[in-house]
Amino acid sequence: MSAAAIPDKPATSGLGGQTGLALLFPIVLVNVIGFIIPMLNLARMSFNEYVPGGGIREAFILGNWIKAIADPFNLQLIANSITLSLGVTLATLIVSYPIALYIHWSSGRWRSLLIFLVIAPLLTSAVVRTYGWIALLSNDGPIIRSIKALGVENPPRLLFNTTGVMIGLTEILMPYMILALLAGFGRLDPRFEEAARSLGATPAQTFRRIILPLTLPGIALGWLLCFVLAISSFVTPKLMGGGRVFLLATEIYDQAIVTLNWPVAATLSILVLILFGLSLAVYTRLLKRLD
Amino acid sequence: MEGHQLSWPLRALVFVLMLFLLAPALLVFPISFSGDRLLSFPPSSWSFRWYQSLWQNELIISSFLTSLSLAVVVTMLSLAIAIPAVYAIIRLKTPGSEFLYNLFTAPLLLPTIVLGLAILIIFATIGLLGTFHGIVLAHLVVTLPYALRVLAVALGNVNLACEEAAASLGAGPLTVVRRVTLPMMMPGIIAATALCFLVSFDELVITLFLTGPKLTTLPVELFRYVETSADPMVACVSVLLFFFTLAIIMIIDRAMGLTQTFVR
Repeated sequence: MSAAAIPDKPATSGLGGQTGLALLFPIVLVNVIGFIIPMLNLARMSFNEYVPGGGIREAFILGNWIKAIADPFNLQLIANSITLSLGVTLATLIVSYPIALYIHWSSGRWRSLLIFLVIAPLLTSAVVRTYGWIALLSNDGPIIRSIKALGVENPPRLLFNTTGVMIGLTEILMPYMILALLAGFGRLDPRFEEAARSLGATPAQTFRRIILPLTLPGIALGWLLCFVLAISSFVTPKLMGGGRVFLLATEIYDQAIVTLNWPVAATLSILVLILFGLSLAVYTRLLKRLD
Repeated sequence: MEGHQLSWPLRALVFVLMLFLLAPALLVFPISFSGDRLLSFPPSSWSFRWYQSLWQNELIISSFLTSLSLAVVVTMLSLAIAIPAVYAIIRLKTPGSEFLYNLFTAPLLLPTIVLGLAILIIFATIGLLGTFHGIVLAHLVVTLPYALRVLAVALGNVNLACEEAAASLGAGPLTVVRRVTLPMMMPGIIAATALCFLVSFDELVITLFLTGPKLTTLPVELFRYVETSADPMVACVSVLLFFFTLAIIMIIDRAMGLTQTFVR
């Protein structure tokens, strides 16, 4: 083998282009079959016609699209998805912000431990964490029982409804939010706070005038990430919604697997992608204004 | 840290919020030793009965084995496909390869529910639904972005001078790659191995669209189990999976530490 290799020049010129193409061929093949063709086909599928009970007819109709954004049920779906995602993102921000601030202020081993504890839940699957929530929030779980022990006759249901989905999703998204916040807290320097305080600002004023404005980039990043994850989340709404919470992601799955109405599922999927694009556009706009 | 009196109300608040974050994951440990027939917390009695029933659950065992072999195959293929690709992108700078790099890391940003549906529709027409190699292909689409990113960084860190020195001493291009470049990339290769394995082993949403009656993976089976029944068995699986994941991460960490001492 070494004898054959001697006359070769370093493969950076001449043959480089062809060798490069050969080396790239497998990854191109995988992505063409598994990613590019499927996505293009998905867009095409949204214009096909669904024949009830009879499959799909090749067509070029706008019916799915008109139905997706004009049908009251679908409008409700979109509204549900957006409001639930906004609510979950806000809740996640509120419960994550103090943790992120605390981590930002701590140092050394304590800081490493806290960051590890924040990342650790990501190592267990969303199914397992959702399962944990089902145990906690069920009607004979510890939380409802404690509320009853306090003398409340009819405690609110915390599972298999929107409340349950919101609690579960908030917790599922917390690690992402905390990491995004930390990434955006770079400009927060303790000296600014000290300066504000030494000039007589109360803690509340320091927070409102110094800490909050300086952490806005982190908030924007966390907001984008969690909103996008929330609106496409499927596992937690499916398991904790008990079939009573209707969202875009769960509807895509039901249409694809149960009803086998692929054109509508495809249309709703593209709609989710459009919502993704819109969130990204709002985020970049916001970021520009922050600078 | 001076000037930062982390006041005790903030400490208490952070403690409660961390509890909220960790509670559901921690809860599965006590639940797995429940002696009750149904999922409840705290359990009214303790036992190993759910661990015992786990060993008799053939579906869980076989889906675990499927997931394991799937993850092994996907990981090996990911490396075999991604290493040449990053070599073409970083070293040969093949025209258009930077565009391809951006394109092929894009599946990371797509919602899995959309990607899963897209792949389902294509696979249904070409007969790949419910097949092992079909799921391998779908997993590759999501593991390759991780492999590409990690390996591109690893190759970027390899000093070009070492490769040039080997070449000037008469080593052919293949020998240089085999004896110099690949060994120096080892920490990155191991990290990519771990990432691809865990991503494939845990993948749920896309696989949910592609599994058939004869072939399911452990995440899919767990999802269906939680959806249909409420008993403590899933907690046992979770506990075992936790230690499984921990073991993999520790092995990788050990291996990476070892190679790093060799390389530097």
